[in-house]
Amino acid sequence: MKINQISIFVENRKGRLYQVCKLLGDNAINIRALNVAETQDFGVLRMVVDKPQEALNLLKENGFTASFSEIVAVEVEDKPGGLANILKVLNDSNVNIEYMYAFVEKKLDKALLVFRFENIDKALETLTKAKVKIVTSDAVVKA
Amino acid sequence: MIWNEKMECASGKNLKNIQSERLQETIQYVYKHNPVYKIKLDQFGITPSDIKSIDDIVKLPFTTKDDMRDNYPFKLFSQPLKNIQEIHVSSGTTGNPTVVGYTKEDVKLWGEVMARSFACAGAVPGDMIQIAYGYGLFTGGLGSHYGALELGLTILPASSGQTKRQLKLMNDFKPRVLACTPSYALYMVEEAKEMGLDPRASSWQIGVFGAEPWSESMRKEIESRWNMCALDVYGLSEIIGPGVAMECPHKKGLHIWWDVFYPEVINPKTGHYVKDGETGELVITTITKKGIPLIRYRTRDVVGISYDTCVCGRTTPRLTKISGRTDDMIIVRGINVFPSQIEHVLLGIEGTQPHYQLIVDRKAGHLDEIEILVEVEEKVFSDELKKLHELEIKITKELESTLGIGAKVRLVEPRTIERSEGKAKRVVDKRKI
Repeated sequence: MKINQISIFVENRKGRLYQVCKLLGDNAINIRALNVAETQDFGVLRMVVDKPQEALNLLKENGFTASFSEIVAVEVEDKPGGLANILKVLNDSNVNIEYMYAFVEKKLDKALLVFRFENIDKALETLTKAKVKIVTSDAVVKA
Repeated sequence: MIWNEKMECASGKNLKNIQSERLQETIQYVYKHNPVYKIKLDQFGITPSDIKSIDDIVKLPFTTKDDMRDNYPFKLFSQPLKNIQEIHVSSGTTGNPTVVGYTKEDVKLWGEVMARSFACAGAVPGDMIQIAYGYGLFTGGLGSHYGALELGLTILPASSGQTKRQLKLMNDFKPRVLACTPSYALYMVEEAKEMGLDPRASSWQIGVFGAEPWSESMRKEIESRWNMCALDVYGLSEIIGPGVAMECPHKKGLHIWWDVFYPEVINPKTGHYVKDGETGELVITTITKKGIPLIRYRTRDVVGISYDTCVCGRTTPRLTKISGRTDDMIIVRGINVFPSQIEHVLLGIEGTQPHYQLIVDRKAGHLDEIEILVEVEEKVFSDELKKLHELEIKITKELESTLGIGAKVRLVEPRTIERSEGKAKRVVDKRKI
């Protein structure tokens, strides 16, 4: 199951991250996972939100360069070796990861791993075969 | 010393006869040898016999940078390529550069006017000159070289860059004359100090600086830092390169060698002459060139002109320092940069929009730097940093090959570039010129 992650271009300027988050907050959009990749001059803010289409429209209306990227979210037990197990499965099948980030669901004692793959279909097939729990977009919305 | 007293100190009447003769010959020559000019003159209703005196020059049509571009590469040449001895190129407004060709006589003329210029600056035969203008395709290096040969100087053809080596040459060989861009002269001060040299004790006594605009305050700074006399040389590749006009040590304007490059100063909007004492666009007619003679070439440089005799004895008119441009061209490290070139590059890269801003800065003790801000539109945006980085590198490389100068590219958010009345501000020049 593919999920639409929102990617936003942000310059390294004071207050930019705050402005993005405030915009989403003011419009009742909940951020479920977030990651910033940065260079000296700019960064790319990546986030999984509960209402992706709404969030994307909102950001564009406010002048941000933003787009959807298809990612896969995977749930693992929040315990040592959780991430390593998943990576082994991917490694054994030669699935390349472009980038990933993770966050912890305290209520459920689960960790949510967000992956951007070079070949998303192959990745999904591999993960499904290995019986890894893939998070649906519905689950992201409801959580 | 005055290199060519006959021409540089000619009385008004004598010179006018020479100029009139030369203009007539030039018009006959281009009419006969250059189809582009023949059509231009025909369309203007002018035949060579209409030109009887230099005063008739006002009857002639202007030549512009667009004419250079439209006739790329060789159509404005008045001689077949086999008679062209040397070709130089400089930046054009868009994709194509400006191309100029020199016949053997033209190269000789170049040597003559640069010899006059070096002598005007105070150089004498036997002096050693360090030429730190670029030699490759750029007119600065070779133009200075030919002049130094003609005048009988000992030449160090160092070309541009390699600052430590330049300073070692200066320190070990003791050249008396330095020719380079004024910003490079300033840049070398810090480098010299780092090498443990005392700039004020340097062997350079005369600086022939040009290829970019510079101010009186910059002159004072160069003179006090290096303890030398810093003088301005003017030129543009379309006319010949350096050697069109030169300051003498009295620093009362640049002597323009008007027996060969006839100057007019016009109001760029009306095309009419400005009143005495007013500034306007400098228009030059080459009245002895053979390879690519230009009739009333619009330089787009804004100057004032005065016709009184200088203290040095030369009777040539003197131009004030260039005070601006009638177009948006900027000069960075001696290289002409047009914002339209950047637009051209961006349009050529898939998905990029020509939303950019060019920032030029001159930090103390440093060479001019260009930074180009490019707005990131959705089409080129990627969630992967490496792809954005690849885009940055691609734009940087293409700009460098088009502009002929390195520029730092910075990706910025859309609409960050300042727009006034809907029109983006394309150039921010932070240099204190």
